[in-house]
Amino acid sequence: MTEPFFELMFAGIFVNNIVLAQFLGQCPFLGTSKKMSTATGMSMAVVFVLILAAVFTWFINNLLVKHDLDYLQIVSFILVIASLVQFVEMFLKKMVPPLYSSLGIFLPLITTNCAVMGACLINAGKEEYLFMDCIINALAYAIGFGLALILFAGVRERIILARVPKPLEDASIGLVTAGIIALTFYTFQGMV
Amino acid sequence: MEAVSGAIFLMLGLGFGCAVVLSVASKVFYVWEDPRIAQVEYCMAGANCGGCGFAGCTAAAAAIVAGKAPPSACIVGGSECAENIAAVMGMEAGAAEAILSKNTCKGGDRADDKYSYMGINTCAAMAELYGGKRVCSIGCVGYGDCVRSCLFDAVEIGENGFPVVDEVKCVGCGACQKACPKGIIHVKTMSERLLSMNQEDGAHAPCAQTCPAQIDIPKYIKQITEGDYEGAVNTIRERNPLLLACGRVCPHPCEDECRRAIEDDEAVSINQLKRFVADYEMNSGKKFPITCAPDTGKRIAVIGGGPAGLSCAYFLRRLGHSPTIYDMMPKLGGIIRYGIPEYRLPKKDVLEWECQRILDLGIEAKMNTKLGVDFTVQSLRDEGYDAIFMGIGAWKDYELGIDGENLKGCFTGIDFLSRFSVAQQGDSDEKIPIGNNCIVIGGGNTAIDCVRTLVRLGAKKVSIVYRRTRNEMPANEVEIVAAEHEGIDFTFLAAPNKVIDDGNGHIKGLEYLKMELGEPDASGRRRPVPIEGSETVMEADMLITAIGQKPDIFFKEKEELLADLQTTRWDTIDQVDEDTLQSSIPYIFTAGDSATGASLVVEAIGGGRRAARSIHQYLNGEPVTPAPKSLFQRHIPGSLFDSVPGVGKTERTPMPELPVDERIKSFIEADLVISEDDAKHESNRCLYCCRVCYNKDTDAA
Repeated sequence: MTEPFFELMFAGIFVNNIVLAQFLGQCPFLGTSKKMSTATGMSMAVVFVLILAAVFTWFINNLLVKHDLDYLQIVSFILVIASLVQFVEMFLKKMVPPLYSSLGIFLPLITTNCAVMGACLINAGKEEYLFMDCIINALAYAIGFGLALILFAGVRERIILARVPKPLEDASIGLVTAGIIALTFYTFQGMV
Repeated sequence: MEAVSGAIFLMLGLGFGCAVVLSVASKVFYVWEDPRIAQVEYCMAGANCGGCGFAGCTAAAAAIVAGKAPPSACIVGGSECAENIAAVMGMEAGAAEAILSKNTCKGGDRADDKYSYMGINTCAAMAELYGGKRVCSIGCVGYGDCVRSCLFDAVEIGENGFPVVDEVKCVGCGACQKACPKGIIHVKTMSERLLSMNQEDGAHAPCAQTCPAQIDIPKYIKQITEGDYEGAVNTIRERNPLLLACGRVCPHPCEDECRRAIEDDEAVSINQLKRFVADYEMNSGKKFPITCAPDTGKRIAVIGGGPAGLSCAYFLRRLGHSPTIYDMMPKLGGIIRYGIPEYRLPKKDVLEWECQRILDLGIEAKMNTKLGVDFTVQSLRDEGYDAIFMGIGAWKDYELGIDGENLKGCFTGIDFLSRFSVAQQGDSDEKIPIGNNCIVIGGGNTAIDCVRTLVRLGAKKVSIVYRRTRNEMPANEVEIVAAEHEGIDFTFLAAPNKVIDDGNGHIKGLEYLKMELGEPDASGRRRPVPIEGSETVMEADMLITAIGQKPDIFFKEKEELLADLQTTRWDTIDQVDEDTLQSSIPYIFTAGDSATGASLVVEAIGGGRRAARSIHQYLNGEPVTPAPKSLFQRHIPGSLFDSVPGVGKTERTPMPELPVDERIKSFIEADLVISEDDAKHESNRCLYCCRVCYNKDTDAA
């Protein structure tokens, strides 16, 4: 590990929050945040998939760098992560049915979403990162995603009770709220 | 060039690797899934609404294939979907019970607002923050959470400010019920509606709280104002299968609590409205359809085909069970056929039609069979009945216990009425000799029925002898008035002492003691005290004693098994709980006069439904318990008012009846049905009360 664990985690969760600072993964962020229970399930699934994806893409990236084929990162990552999620889904269904029944419906939703893809590409872009750094970073990003999603779901569950002008109802007010939450996360800038 | 070919090889390699891994994995990790699951899911509506109770369509399809759900589980797809799924599964679709959403709040804007709130436009928020917008704690908040929750566009806020459900669009998914914070919109199957009891937190008007059968009175009156007579009949039939009979003979306790009567107006003539729609159905020549739940295959023996037995059998049949009625008399109806005289309830034209409608649901009736003579409880158990309902009524007259009451020319009330009715209906050749100068002892409805029957049979002088005064007579006021009009002689404050013999074993007269009223007794009525030495003789050649009835439980001695059946000192069957009507033998249930002692027809009908509910629980293996917060024989606190502001004086529709000199010559029905115009007028007098709110007359203006 080249960087201190705490620093890596704090940066990943708060400073460089994948949703609220880097604006990746907006679709699941808006789509699965209407209910707290859905948001929690989705967060767990992202943690699970993102770490697996980080492991596999680290090896793929090393292979690409070795052959000077960095420009194939996106294409190959899509292929690998998509296959990986499919594989995991089949594996869980057969071997760990309880886990499948709780995460199952979210796995297809994650098949290479931009948060997962983005996190892997960021890892790949940091030449100084060792294997463990990548994993920790992916974990931090995933926790950051879950944090943002759960916070946002909490706000949205309340905002549904508020009087909102008709044209701004639902997703529109959701985006406005998301912007304000992103602003609050902006205060972490420069801390690490 | 080398770089390009390297890239192509790498991507090919990666792609090939992934493909191999996935294809191997799909073999290794293959979970066998019934191909029918996919086929079944294809048949479904795909709304993922969760209305079936499963998490999405795939789960529902899996449950159907696993046999845990019927092919009709998908409530959105409807019958076509069920048939397609049944075809995939290779079985019969079966008739699923439709689930429909019903709104119970009749209120809306008329209940005053508590405050004017800003900033909140959902019912959920309002209910959570302030408990509701209205003064009424139970009613509709009116912000339309239900409307927004409905995916099928079936709910809208009507012009009165409460939700109206479009039954055609409603699929019964239950989203509105979940969305409503006040629980006023219910999604129920017909069975659940038939079994639901008035509850303390429900939206019940005082009349509906009072009705022993718990009929939703404001609802059917509303339907009458709208001209929806079929709807009104169906509303009544959810609680009372004998609406023709009740519309004629019910003493309508509901009208006693009518809010219109609290100030200087008269109560809405609820019972005449019921009779109007009931007669409308019969005279229209149509038979409004009565639906039953799918067959359950459970069999119940219903002993006694009176109002309690008919009601119990009717509700059990509609719940999908198969009841069989056993009755000792030649025809169905029990005490309302043989105890209530023809001029109050025509048997051939009216009661016959009503009983037939109940039998047409698929109920078998075995007539002329008597418990303890032709069959026993054990023989019913041997025949495989799952439960037994005993609605044996109260057919045994109390005796006076005075000298000479068994002389010739002396009869007892129910015995006389039933023997006469059997002969009148052509089931026996008996001719009861009628005297010229008749005395009837007693002050109840049976006594009045006896005197009015005697008048019609040509008795020259008919007297009622009652030991208290007119005020204490338990008979219905309208009956007493009718008897007075028909020229009955009333002798009050007279206690029979002995029956005088004419020397040939025949009655010559009745000696009685004059009484005076003393201190009130336990029943709150002033106790009559005899005046010493006041013996008086009243001449008579016929005497009928009608001082009350009790159940005839001779069958208990005939069977050892029934030693466990607890009875009270009034010979009624004792119940574990008056509300559930289960007897001390778990598979025996009771209701009606055999449970309560001689009482009202509508009481027996309500009891029949409560017993049917308990039997349904028993047959499903659930514990037999009353409904939570059940409003059995009590009112919601605070719903009975002392004053009703905003109600003006209106004219109550008088009851049309045959002229006295015409009606005392025959047994033609004395009371007539009101006209359609009168029904419209009378139904518009209803205030559509809920628990605390009602429509003021000023609102209508």
